[in-house]
Amino acid sequence: MAETAISVRNLYKIFGDDDRAMVEKVKAGMSKQELLAEHGHVLGLKDINIDMPAAGIQVVMGLSGSGKSTLIRHLNRLIEPSAGEIVVGSDNVLDMSAKQLREFRRHRISMVFQRFGLLPHKTVIDNVSYGLAVMGKTKDEQRTGALRWIERVGLSGYEENYPAQLSGGMQQRVGLARALATDADILLMDEAFSALDPLIRTDMQGILLDLQKELHKTIVFITHDLDEALRLGDRIAILRDGEIVQQGTGQEIVLKPADDYISSFVREVNRGRVIKVETVMDPVSDASPAQGIEVPEGTILEEAARQMSEADVVNAQVIRDGRPVGQITMRQVMAAIATPVLKDAMAA
Amino acid sequence: MDWLTEFPQLPGRDLRLLSRTIDQYYRSFSRAYGDDIEAFFRPLLDFLLWFETLLQQTPWFIVLAAIVAIVWFASRSLKITIGTAIALILIGVFGMWEDTMSTLSIIVVSTLLSIVIGLPIGILMSRSDKVQAAINPILDVMQTMPSFVYLIPIVMLLGIGLIPGLLVVVIYAMPPIIRLTNLGIRLVDKEVLEAANAFGSSNWQKLTQVQLPLSLPTIMAGINQTIMMALAMVVVASLIGVRGLGQPVLQAITNQYFTQGLLNGLAIVAIAIVFDRASQAYGRRLQRHREAAHG
Ligand SMILES: Nc1ncnc2c1ncn2[C@@H]1O[C@H](COP(=O)(O)OP(=O)(O)O)[C@@H](O)[C@H]1O
Ligand SMILES: [Mg+2]
Repeated sequence: MAETAISVRNLYKIFGDDDRAMVEKVKAGMSKQELLAEHGHVLGLKDINIDMPAAGIQVVMGLSGSGKSTLIRHLNRLIEPSAGEIVVGSDNVLDMSAKQLREFRRHRISMVFQRFGLLPHKTVIDNVSYGLAVMGKTKDEQRTGALRWIERVGLSGYEENYPAQLSGGMQQRVGLARALATDADILLMDEAFSALDPLIRTDMQGILLDLQKELHKTIVFITHDLDEALRLGDRIAILRDGEIVQQGTGQEIVLKPADDYISSFVREVNRGRVIKVETVMDPVSDASPAQGIEVPEGTILEEAARQMSEADVVNAQVIRDGRPVGQITMRQVMAAIATPVLKDAMAA
Repeated sequence: MDWLTEFPQLPGRDLRLLSRTIDQYYRSFSRAYGDDIEAFFRPLLDFLLWFETLLQQTPWFIVLAAIVAIVWFASRSLKITIGTAIALILIGVFGMWEDTMSTLSIIVVSTLLSIVIGLPIGILMSRSDKVQAAINPILDVMQTMPSFVYLIPIVMLLGIGLIPGLLVVVIYAMPPIIRLTNLGIRLVDKEVLEAANAFGSSNWQKLTQVQLPLSLPTIMAGINQTIMMALAMVVVASLIGVRGLGQPVLQAITNQYFTQGLLNGLAIVAIAIVFDRASQAYGRRLQRHREAAHG
């Protein structure tokens, strides 16, 4: 994939006073339960390695208590690791002095929180300009910057309201605008939409994807919801009990779950929205005549099926760089959407 | 078998020697440094006297109008404002205007002093568990030690007068603001503080933009308690020469003037209620942004 923006290397986090010594024990094979029972330390993260793509959305998914918040807070060093490295661009975050770290947080990385984390005594516009105020920008610069993002997230007219006067969805737009206003390249989002109603959540996902199309930020998005992970993530890492159990694209995870734990997750997924046409197509041979409509590579099955039935055909050609590379039939598409496991198709 | 029925105590001679030695040391300390300490507090005395004179020399109707206006702007409540005006008029009619002005001035100055000293101490406590653990017992002693007891060293050190009186009031009234500043800052929403950190706020920015504003309601409750305790202490402080409503009360006790005691007592109660209601209404107004628009 694209170049790496954030690289997490051999990261360990153990909660307790003597965490560094405990890292050795965990490396030697001590389990989370033993560590807690024998030494009273909590294993938060164990040997995490992730390369997060620049200008892409890296999702970290896991159940509650799996260590997602702990992991994302290492990226801007709100939590100090017990061992390991975090490299952003060419800088090791752990080598930064307190002052360098403040500058790093002001200009290069920003964050959106699950319960919004807004300042209840400040108005919407003052909340959105908070990051700019911290940087020491003038009142005018703060105002211009804040107004631009308030408009971009659709909150014009609410500038002088207080957070408590807004609905949850609107409050999180404030949170998003505040994070975007600093122009940082990296955006951390810790279960940013989890506190919202399902419809509003889908709305916010749409807003985020729209913004991402034009902004190309490096986004690290935490969620416990697989559908959200699949919709947003260019890459997904699955965390369980502080360990990464699988990493890959959404399609890879749905088609080749690494273990029973992940299988149980992906069973309920709407495959038509995850699997892409090239996964199920038959490669073209010169013999096969062109049939049906053309769909570009990367189209999801649901969309291909919709286009075929709209055109009233049962065949389609998959196009890459203007040239046909494969053929699909409506039957293949339907079978792929319905079949629970498609290992063979992937292997092909 | 004496020690079974009587608590075995130090011999009376030793006890007397002990207290005499300590007293002597303290007395020589106060002889050596008393004047310096008094000089140190001199500006405070000047300010207090200036303020008292201001309240007493300004025509009564201007002072009354000013107080009523302040109460109105703090509380925005017609009920509290009218109540204040009536209370002040009654105080004047019953001949307690001058004493009330003295009491008001010492309350205002001692409250300001308590805030200026107490707020930073509370902030320090909130930043470190060690500091908190060290200061809490001192606050406990300050609050439970009978107030007459610390009149003694202060009088030995500074004699009788306004400054020692002010100090006594401040020492007695300061603990609530320290405690509640500490508590308020510690109770600030963790996620909001984390957000401030995530945007690279300096400690000062966190304190002024997040911690103090969010703990303001709690701090206001502390200031309110401080004012109430200062009012309670003014009567005791009149024992060592603080002018104001406390002195007529003291006089009434020694001479059995029931009506005079009652009237002056009621005046203190009236001031307490005015301060209390006005500061609480102000505190509630600060909180208004927390209310949802619909419901
Ligand atoms: N400060 C802490 N001290 C001890 N244990 C902690 C601390 N913070 C988190 N944990 C533990 O680490 C684990 C992961 O927590 P968290 O990262 O918040 O999970 P998630 O965000 O995935 O729900 C949990 O078991 C939690 O109890
Ligand atoms: Mg979490």
